[in-house]
Amino acid sequence: MSVAVAETVAEIKARNKELVQEVLKVYPEKTAKRRAKHLGLFEDGKPDCGVKSNIKSVPGVMTIRGCAYAGSKGVVWGPIKDMIHISHGPVGCGQYSWASRRNYYIGTTGVDTFGTMQFTSDFQEKDIVFGGDKKLAKIIDEIEVLFPLNKGISVQSECPIGLIGDDIEAVSKAKTKEYAGKTIVPVRCEGFRGVSQSLGHHIANDAIRDWVFDKMDGKPARFESTPYDVAIIGDYNIGGDAWSSRILLEEMGLRVVAQWSGDGTIAELEATPRAKLNVLHCYRSMNYISRHMEEKYGTPWVEYNFFGPSKIAESLRKIASHFDETIKENAEKVIAKYQALCDAVIAKYRPRLEGKTVMLYVGGLRPRHVIGAYEDLGMEIVGTGYEFGHNDDYQRTTHYVKDGTLIYDDVTGYEFEKFVEKVQPDLVGSGIKEKYVFQKMGVPFRQMHSWDYSGPYHGYDGFAIFARDMDMAINSPVWKMTKAPWAA
Amino acid sequence: MPQNADNVLDHFNLFRQPEYKEMFENKKKNFENPVADAELERVREWTKTDEYREKNFAREALTVNPAKACQPLGAVFAAVGFESTIPFVHGSQGCVAYYRSHFSRHFKEPTSCVSSSMTEDAAVFGGLNNMIDGLANTYNMYKPKMIAVSTTCMAEVIGDDLNAFIKTSKEKGSVPQEFDVPFAHTPAFVGSHITGYDNVMKGVIEHFWDGKAGTAPKLDRVPNEKINFIGGFDGYTVGNLREVKRIFNSMGVEYTILGDNSDVWDTPTDGEFRMYDGGTTLEEAANAIHAKATISMQQYCTEKTLPVIAAHGQETVALNHPIGVKGTDEFLMAISRISGNPVSAELTKERGRLVDAMADSAAHIHGKKFAIYGDPDLCLGLTAFLMELGAEPVHVLATNGGKAWQEKTEQLLASSPFGKNCHVYAGKDLWHMRSLLFTEPVDFLIGNTYGKYLERDTGTPLIRIGFPIFDRHHYHRYPVWGYQGGMNVLVWILDKIFDEIDRNTNVVAKSDYSFDIIR
Repeated sequence: MSVAVAETVAEIKARNKELVQEVLKVYPEKTAKRRAKHLGLFEDGKPDCGVKSNIKSVPGVMTIRGCAYAGSKGVVWGPIKDMIHISHGPVGCGQYSWASRRNYYIGTTGVDTFGTMQFTSDFQEKDIVFGGDKKLAKIIDEIEVLFPLNKGISVQSECPIGLIGDDIEAVSKAKTKEYAGKTIVPVRCEGFRGVSQSLGHHIANDAIRDWVFDKMDGKPARFESTPYDVAIIGDYNIGGDAWSSRILLEEMGLRVVAQWSGDGTIAELEATPRAKLNVLHCYRSMNYISRHMEEKYGTPWVEYNFFGPSKIAESLRKIASHFDETIKENAEKVIAKYQALCDAVIAKYRPRLEGKTVMLYVGGLRPRHVIGAYEDLGMEIVGTGYEFGHNDDYQRTTHYVKDGTLIYDDVTGYEFEKFVEKVQPDLVGSGIKEKYVFQKMGVPFRQMHSWDYSGPYHGYDGFAIFARDMDMAINSPVWKMTKAPWAA
Repeated sequence: MPQNADNVLDHFNLFRQPEYKEMFENKKKNFENPVADAELERVREWTKTDEYREKNFAREALTVNPAKACQPLGAVFAAVGFESTIPFVHGSQGCVAYYRSHFSRHFKEPTSCVSSSMTEDAAVFGGLNNMIDGLANTYNMYKPKMIAVSTTCMAEVIGDDLNAFIKTSKEKGSVPQEFDVPFAHTPAFVGSHITGYDNVMKGVIEHFWDGKAGTAPKLDRVPNEKINFIGGFDGYTVGNLREVKRIFNSMGVEYTILGDNSDVWDTPTDGEFRMYDGGTTLEEAANAIHAKATISMQQYCTEKTLPVIAAHGQETVALNHPIGVKGTDEFLMAISRISGNPVSAELTKERGRLVDAMADSAAHIHGKKFAIYGDPDLCLGLTAFLMELGAEPVHVLATNGGKAWQEKTEQLLASSPFGKNCHVYAGKDLWHMRSLLFTEPVDFLIGNTYGKYLERDTGTPLIRIGFPIFDRHHYHRYPVWGYQGGMNVLVWILDKIFDEIDRNTNVVAKSDYSFDIIR
């Protein structure tokens, strides 16, 4: 159990308010004013979480956020496995994001798939001075020679591209023409654009709209449509998440025609406008393209949540409600089929996790989506926040969090450390940059971006792994040894 | 249903179950528009050929799987080696998220570093306001003793002037006038992470020795008996610097490690998070001007730093990441010559033990062919040690190696009969290495974690030595320098060799006659 002193909701609220005031004291006045807007607590009945979001990070505070390039190359485009994604600019961005996101895929890497490779234009000073367009053209030529089975190329802009006035669109168009209509996508995801990864997602979505979909207009489909065609949108297949989700959709009789973008292909992107329903997991990173498909092709979209049995059952029913009775019945069958597994998992792990408290700080959908899975195990979320959420994320969060929950948007290293120190949760779920900070403090931790190299966590198969991992983190004997027996 | 509460299947096994295999097959067949199997196989085989190698080496613009990172990473590496110092990277904020993640994945430790979080408006108007606000915030929040400023490519492209910006920030009261804010321009489009290390080390030294950017009197050198030591960008910094300290102590030589990040990347789990720990004190950094000499363990990490030090009247010695007997001999003899103290009996005995171990095991390494890649100095150190062991380096590759490095490596190879069949590849990447391993196979590959892709594709067993190592834990805690370090490297090489022999001799009734219990 948490040793935090606050017990009643009123006490928790008072403590959290005090805590926010306390951390703000460290800042110069101007910064304190800015940060105050991002820190707060959820009050029952309010339409959002009472914090501002999607605003520029304050310089020098140690934000945990990344950049637009990370949102485009790292999140949206990178997992499309049969395309080559050029990190266009200096070597670093591509190097640090090389294969680190665990977007699983099946294919022969380097021959027909390229997911865990690092293609870079490795800009040198002369490229900055004279421009990189000629180099980019040559890179595309060299790719065509050495990787003839690639199905397309994307150009992921790093900071200098937009600053030196390169015309990557012109190069892409010219090369598309030269290579018989090949899909070559320029993406203006320079890292200085926007305030976080988030704009990169949006730019990447728009690039799919403009450079993939628009080319498809009037072209014949590769397969016959069925009434049950759906596309999985916003699942990056981290540790196989999209696979343990897809299997459930298929079991209920739906046909998954595309995965966006984990283990995805350009063919799947192209086929998506023919789906009858888009099922959207990560709203934050792919709501843009879902809305576009709704407007242009009339494809409805539905948000779902495949973390933990309660939310999975709810989501399966919600997805089924868009289809006929057969699918609805199938959804019930799928839920029934996995009931025994869920019961066994909960019977095994809930007694070990009951009442444990958790603080989260993640990106995308996870600061809210994983809450149900923790609650299925009897755990309680006492604080949560988004790296790059918008207000619509905080609105959606109100359906998940309890009265008085501490909320921190774009949290700084200092704030997060202080919050955890005072709230003393039994588990922190955040990223690699935070992991060791909290473990040093003796607080159990799980990385909730990469699943700490485990996973999948989606679907019923994933829930068993999730439960096992949370138990492993919290109940590891190592946490009993952080104090030397002779230390005071 | 494959999953089971009693025996939870991880991703390793879950997706090999028939339900998933069938799902993958159908996905591929129906929706992926896959390449035909025969065509896939044809191209896969083609990538292994001499013809492909020729096309691969004809590349002029494209880089695939490089073994180097950008300057700012090395900048952060150098900066965290000073006491209570926080690196402040001026430019886009995503870069800092990347450096911190990269180091944490290697060291399994936190890495504290801040950004000035420049966005579109800063791209247009310059990042001065970001610097002013950022320095004030960092100073107030994280209570550093020093803030070491470096740059990302964004700030470099728009031409922000760090010296002027820091001066203005101080005038605006971001940090006190006398507060130490050394700086270095570290454009990502010049050199690599080792260049960034060099620039920051030089920046810190110039700051303390040459009058803190015109705000303090320059220091006058009053020579003493100390030796400065600079390790360079080194994935084994935790183990190595502790070993180096032991060596200096053993010889009774006073020393200053410039950039000692061995504690900050090895803090205990005892209930307290130490944002800062250990490090070269600012006083030591300043007083290092008085030392008799400076030894750099990595020439190519200190190409700009050493001339600055030499210009202050010190002797400088540049080594190339010495590993093994001769390299360590040279290192110790340099300390001995400069200090006048003999190499200690303790170290001499350790030398004998390393030679003893090499004699015990050399038969298993002799004549084995190796490919090596890594940073330029590491490649030199490893190549020298392998030749001492009677191994034959065949390919030595450094993506961030230049012409001078290539020549130096070729000279080293020419000094031993074991180096005569080796080629050196400067500026090439791991996709070039892939072609080399297919067309001129070797017995073992030495490289960082990314080498596992080469191991998978070419079947060449990988011995993980280098940076980063993400997929094995704790090797950074072991030294590779000193005779003890040589012993570690020897053991790692031998472990892989023996594992491979066992793996090749374990088929019952086919090959297990050689599955010996004594080797």
